Amino acid sequence: MDKSKVTELRRIANNVRRGIIEGVYNAACGHPGGSLSIADIITYLYFEEMNVDPKNPKMDSRDRFVLSKGHTAPALYAVLAERGFIPKEDIKTLRKTDSYLQGHPDMKGTPGVDMSTGSLGLGISAACGMALSAKAFGNAYRVYTILGDGESEEGQVWEAAMFAAHYKLDNLCAVLDWNGLQIDGPVTEVMNPTPHDEKFRAFGWHVISIDAHDFEAIEAAFAEAKSVKGKPTVIIAKSVKGKGVSYMENSCEWHGQAPKEDLYKVAVADLDKIEESIG
Amino acid sequence: MADKKATRESYGAALAALGEKYDFLVLDADLAAATKTGMFKKKFPERFFDCGIAEGNMMSVAAGIATTGKVVFASSFAMFAAGRAFEQVRNSIGYPHLNVKIGATHAGITVGEDGATHQCNEDIALMRTIPGMTIINPADATEAYAAVEAAINFVGPVYMRFGRFAVPDISAEMPDYKFELGRGVQYFEGKDVTIVATGYMVHLALEAREMLKAEGIDAGVINIHTIKPLDTEILVKAAKTSGAIVTAEEHNVIGGLGAAVCEALAESCPVPVVRVGVEDQYGRSGKVPELLEIYGLTAKNIAEKAKRAIALKK
Repeated sequence: MDKSKVTELRRIANNVRRGIIEGVYNAACGHPGGSLSIADIITYLYFEEMNVDPKNPKMDSRDRFVLSKGHTAPALYAVLAERGFIPKEDIKTLRKTDSYLQGHPDMKGTPGVDMSTGSLGLGISAACGMALSAKAFGNAYRVYTILGDGESEEGQVWEAAMFAAHYKLDNLCAVLDWNGLQIDGPVTEVMNPTPHDEKFRAFGWHVISIDAHDFEAIEAAFAEAKSVKGKPTVIIAKSVKGKGVSYMENSCEWHGQAPKEDLYKVAVADLDKIEESIG
Repeated sequence: MADKKATRESYGAALAALGEKYDFLVLDADLAAATKTGMFKKKFPERFFDCGIAEGNMMSVAAGIATTGKVVFASSFAMFAAGRAFEQVRNSIGYPHLNVKIGATHAGITVGEDGATHQCNEDIALMRTIPGMTIINPADATEAYAAVEAAINFVGPVYMRFGRFAVPDISAEMPDYKFELGRGVQYFEGKDVTIVATGYMVHLALEAREMLKAEGIDAGVINIHTIKPLDTEILVKAAKTSGAIVTAEEHNVIGGLGAAVCEALAESCPVPVVRVGVEDQYGRSGKVPELLEIYGLTAKNIAEKAKRAIALKK
């Protein structure tokens, strides 16, 4: 990846982070921490990796995306807005009674949302269904899903892991957002689901471990996933929860609450600084 | 006497036959031999996917398949389809209103010897609470077959309830039998009472009518195969004609057909309703005819409850 591409993606991802903060600030609730941790990965997916068309969000041949960690909807809406699926100003309506931007993704009302999610563990199974359908009917599209690390405590994630390997769903690529924190504390202390790499490998998956905020590593990982045949791939993406907003970084506290005006201003200033540093 | 056949047999036969005409997929959770999806598997192995003993995953997988515009059947025992996987059915299938057809077999007490853990008397209640879910509980093999084709042609989630035990195929003997989703079947009108039955209890309702007739009581009989959306029109008409209703179902009296009928009539045409069903209990192991006696799922009990309903008229 050349330098200008990295710069462009970093700038878009920073705008996605702005969208996340705008959304949860205006909603006065929501999940900023885990949204910020996936901002780079989801930006790469929608701007580089996936075959999608904002003008034709239901295009049959499109690649599919399932946000299995559905509570990080602010990141999905922000990237859909950046990519042109939904108007940017709608971000401010997140979680409001008359808005289509539900607290967790609703495929019925939101262009670009391929699956309704929110209840943890269900999204990866739905992604398996999409990938299986592609195989059964000879379609070439690929399916992507992002899982939470806390989410991997759900038994259904491992039912799906078994299923995907059993049916050799090499058109499926999961990303595990390894930010290390869940609501009640560090993931390894609440209910330790590690080691993810060995577990997924034992279930028959191809495993790639990367830094979730390094676009060159993200690009290489998705390219590798595409080249793997006969098995699904999981990318274990080591991330920083709250990435980009100083006081939210590595803090459980910002899993599920929105900043009030003073801290909102700090968040915006933090993201302004990042934008300046990108150049 | 009509031929006897289990509705699950008809489910499997319908999938295998209709697989020629429609391009759907079938999922099961290690029960293909029992749910009879194995008949489809044998004929269309490339369109059948066993999910193993993981019903939650199966329901969400089915939802994912449905998002790609394909019709998919997901099968297990009612206990696991509606019970174990309730939340997946609600959130992955119901909430996005996806085109998944759930084929739930071994519903109710007629599971027999396997006992309480496998006798699901709660599935209708659970499925009724899911907005937009269509629920079909066919009375016999002919109706079960027709229900499968109707489900394929209907866009939206459908829960189909099938039994393990053979039941007389009454519909096969009806000259102009036609299955209409959401429409009750009026076998007889009655001026004293109307028996509203579903699934396994329908043929017993007809027997109860004969018993009542011998006592000079004119009982109507309605088969409600589609429990949701409920045919309120046919119920109100029966309430007006006979002034008393008895419901009959192989399900808990809480939350099932009886409850649905009470809710509908209370709001539109209140008349006495007496419910025959499993009286808020768990099942137990035993031979089916013995269990039906124990739980009051008999023509005799329907006839008795019909008389009680008549006595409750003002």
